[in-house]
Amino acid sequence: MSTAAAVEFDGIGQSFSGVRVLRGVSFTVGASRTLGLVGENGAGKSTLMNILGGNLRSDTGRMILRGQPYAPAHPTDATRAGIGLIHQELNLFSNLTIAENIFLTSFPRARALPWIDQRTLHARTAALLRDVGLELAPDTLVDRLSAGERQLVEIARALSLDARLIIFDEPTTSLSARETGTLFALLRRLQSQGIALIYISHILDHVRQLCHDLVVLRDGAVVAQGPIETFSTPAIVSAMVGRNLTQLYPTRRGAPATEPALEVRGVSQPHIVCDIRFTLRRGEVLGLSGLMGAGRSELARILFGLDPCSRGEILVSGRPLAGANTRRRIERGLAFLTEDRRHEGLCLEASIADNLALASIRSHARTPLKLIDRTGWQRAISTIREAVRLTAKAEDTQPAQTLSGGNQQKVVLGKWLLASPSVLILDEPTRGVDVGAKFELYQLIMDLADRGSGILVISSEIEELIGVCDRILVMSQGEIRGEFSRPEFSSERLLAAALPRESPA
Amino acid sequence: MSGVATDRSWRTTAARALCSDYFVLWLCVVYVAAVAPFTPGFASLDNATNILATLLPLFVVALGQTLVLIAGGIDLSITSIIGLCSITGAMVMNDETGWLAHSPLAVPAAIAVMLALGGLVGAFNGVAITRFRMPPFIVTLAAMMAFSGLAVWLTQSKAINQLPAAFNALGGRTAIALGIACAAGVGVHVMLSRSLFGRWLYAIGHNARTAHVSGVPVAGVVISAYVCSGVLAALAAILYTGQTETGSPVLGQRILLDVIGATVIGGTSLFGGKGKVLWTLFGVLFLKLVDNSLNLLNLSIFTLTIVKGAVILLAALLDSLRTRLAGSHA
Repeated sequence: MSTAAAVEFDGIGQSFSGVRVLRGVSFTVGASRTLGLVGENGAGKSTLMNILGGNLRSDTGRMILRGQPYAPAHPTDATRAGIGLIHQELNLFSNLTIAENIFLTSFPRARALPWIDQRTLHARTAALLRDVGLELAPDTLVDRLSAGERQLVEIARALSLDARLIIFDEPTTSLSARETGTLFALLRRLQSQGIALIYISHILDHVRQLCHDLVVLRDGAVVAQGPIETFSTPAIVSAMVGRNLTQLYPTRRGAPATEPALEVRGVSQPHIVCDIRFTLRRGEVLGLSGLMGAGRSELARILFGLDPCSRGEILVSGRPLAGANTRRRIERGLAFLTEDRRHEGLCLEASIADNLALASIRSHARTPLKLIDRTGWQRAISTIREAVRLTAKAEDTQPAQTLSGGNQQKVVLGKWLLASPSVLILDEPTRGVDVGAKFELYQLIMDLADRGSGILVISSEIEELIGVCDRILVMSQGEIRGEFSRPEFSSERLLAAALPRESPA
Repeated sequence: MSGVATDRSWRTTAARALCSDYFVLWLCVVYVAAVAPFTPGFASLDNATNILATLLPLFVVALGQTLVLIAGGIDLSITSIIGLCSITGAMVMNDETGWLAHSPLAVPAAIAVMLALGGLVGAFNGVAITRFRMPPFIVTLAAMMAFSGLAVWLTQSKAINQLPAAFNALGGRTAIALGIACAAGVGVHVMLSRSLFGRWLYAIGHNARTAHVSGVPVAGVVISAYVCSGVLAALAAILYTGQTETGSPVLGQRILLDVIGATVIGGTSLFGGKGKVLWTLFGVLFLKLVDNSLNLLNLSIFTLTIVKGAVILLAALLDSLRTRLAGSHA
C-alpha cells in the first residue's frame, strides 16, 4: 500500500470487572476508505470507539494511526491526532450558539489579548457551515436546531479540528428521511476529500450504500470482515446474531376481533392534529406511518393525556375517557411506550426491578398504609423478566442504564405488560435496538395482540410497519391521509400518502 | 500477575467498604478512636448522653430533609418552621399569658397546633413548587425568610418562658426524646423502604417525567414530602423547645447547614433518587461527634466553623469517590 492505513487495530482487548467485552480485535481502516462497523448492542462497538477516542485505555493490544503508534490518554489526544467522534447522543450545548459550540475549545482570539475575535469566529463558522451545507447564521442558538441540523454542526466541529478520521455512531437514528439524505450527500463529499470514516449503524441498507469495507463484531470479537461487496445482507445478519435469522418479522398467528379497544372521534388540537378519527380493534396491530413532524407522536401524547386536546372524544373499550389524566388512563387500560426511552421511559439509575414495577406497583400496595406486598411484587418481577426474555446476566438490583438498548426497551415493555393494558401505544419501539432483540420485541407485541389487546405502533421504518401490522394509517400535516389494509401494503403507496401536499400559495 | 490480583482484590474490598450502608458509621468509629486520646472528657458516659440529647432533634429534622432530597428537592424553610412552631406552641400553653394557660388541654393542644403549622408551611412549599413550577430552592428560601420574620414579629423577638413541665419533659428528658425520635425514624424508614409512597418518591427523584408517564401522581407525592418535612421540623421544634424550656423565634436558626450537611454526609444525594434513614442517622452522628469534640477542645467558634467546613468537604469528597466506585462496579 502506498499510503499508510487511517487506523489499524491490533489485538485490542478490554475487560470490565472481569467481564471481557473486547477480545483480540484486529482490523484496518484503509486510507480514505469508509468502514462499516456492525454488531448487536453490547457487541463492543462503543467500547472500541471509546478506546479510539481516548475515553478508555485498552487492557491489551495497540493502535497504529497513519503509520504512527497511537495511545491516547485523554480525548484531547484523539482530537489532536485528527480523530472526530460524532456521538449517537449529540454532545452540543443547547444554550450556546452554533459558532460557540464549534469553537468551544479553540476560540479565535484577538492577537495576544484574551478577547474572542468575533469577526473571525463568525467568518470561519460561516465557511464551515457552507461546507456541511447548513444554511444558518453562525449565531443561531443550538436549542432551535433540529436533530439533523445538530448532527451537521457536530460534523462542522470535527472538520474545524482538521479531523482525518471521523467516527459516526448511529448517526441516522433521530433524523428524518430528508435529513438522512443530506447527511449521506455530505459523507460522500467527505469521502471524496480523502477523509476516512467509520460508520456504525444497525441499518444495513445505509451501511451498504456508504461503506467500502465491513467489520462485524459479536461478543467483543471480529467475526467477519472484508469488502462490502462480498457480503449479502442475510450473511451480515447471521454473522451479527450468530445464527441464521431466516425471517426478520415473526409470523402473525391471531387475527383482529370485531369489538373496539380504542375509538378516536374527531380529536383536534390547533396546529398539532386535525379531526383524527379511527378505531383500533381488540387483537389488532395498527400502524401509524408518516414523516417526522406529521403529528404521530403528538397524537399519541394526546391519547395518553400528556398533552391537551381541544376537541374530540376518546373511548377505551367503549367507554369515554372524558378528560381523565394520565394516571386514570393507565387505570382504564392505556399504556404508552414513549419515543424517548432515556427521559420518559426509564429511571436510568433506578434498578431494573423498580423500573419494571413502576406502572403496576400500586396493585401490590396492601393495608391502609399502602405497604408493598414484597413476595407478590417479587413474583411479578420474575414472571415478567421471563416473559420479555430479559438477559439473564442482569441482576434485578442492577441500574437500568447498564443494559443494552434492546434490553432497556424490554424493561419498558415489561413495565407496561405488568399493567395488563387493553390498549398499548408504542412510539418508535425498536429505535436503537439490534436485529435479534427487534425480532423478540415484535414477537412480544404480537403475543399481546393475540391475548386481545389493541396495539398502535408508530414507526418511521415503513418496512417494520409492513412486517408487523394488520392495518396502517398514514398521517401528514396533522391529518390522517390514508388507510391501508394488509393486501394493499407497499412502501411506495405509504410514502406517497405521507408526503405533505403543496399548500396553496 | 499475583501482584495485580491482590491489588485488584484490595481495591474491591476498599470499594465494597466505601459503598456499604455502614460506611459513615465506620467513619464515626475511626474518628472517635483518633480523637478520644487528645480530647479530655470526650469518651465519657456524660458526654455520650450529651451528644445523644443534641443529636435527637437534629436527626428528626434531617429525616424530613432526607425525604425532600430523595424527591430531588431541598427544604431551606425548616429553621423558620422550628422558630415559628416554637413560639406558637409557647403562646398557646405558657403559664403566664397562654391562651390555654393551666388548662389540662394546653399541652396536647399546643402540640397539635405546632404539628399542624409545620404541615401547613410544608404544604405551602409543596403547592408552590408543583402547581406553579417554581424551583424548590427559591420557594423554600423565600418561605424561610418570610416565616422567620413572622416569628420574630409575632413575639417582638422576645422569648416565651414558663412552659408546662409536662411539655418540657418531652424534649428535656432524653429517654422520652429518644422514644419520639426512634418512632419518627422507624416511621420514615418503613415509609421509604416498604410503602408505595416510598417507591414513588425514589422514582420521582430519579426521573420525574418517567414517573409521570408511568402514572405516578407526581404533584401529590412531592407535596406530601414537603408536608412530612414540615411536620418533622415541627416535631423537632417540640424537642428543642422542651430542651431549652423556652419558646424562641430564633430557635434552631443556625442548624440549617448542619441538617443539610449531615444528610448529605450520610450519603443522600442532592440530585434526588438516593437516600436512606440509616444513612441520615450516621451522618447526623458524625456531624455531632465532630461538633462535640471540637467544643471540648475549647476551640473558638471561628476555628470550629473552619474545621467543620473542612470535615464536610472531606465527607463530600469521599461521597464522590463512592459514587464513582459504585459506577465502575455496576
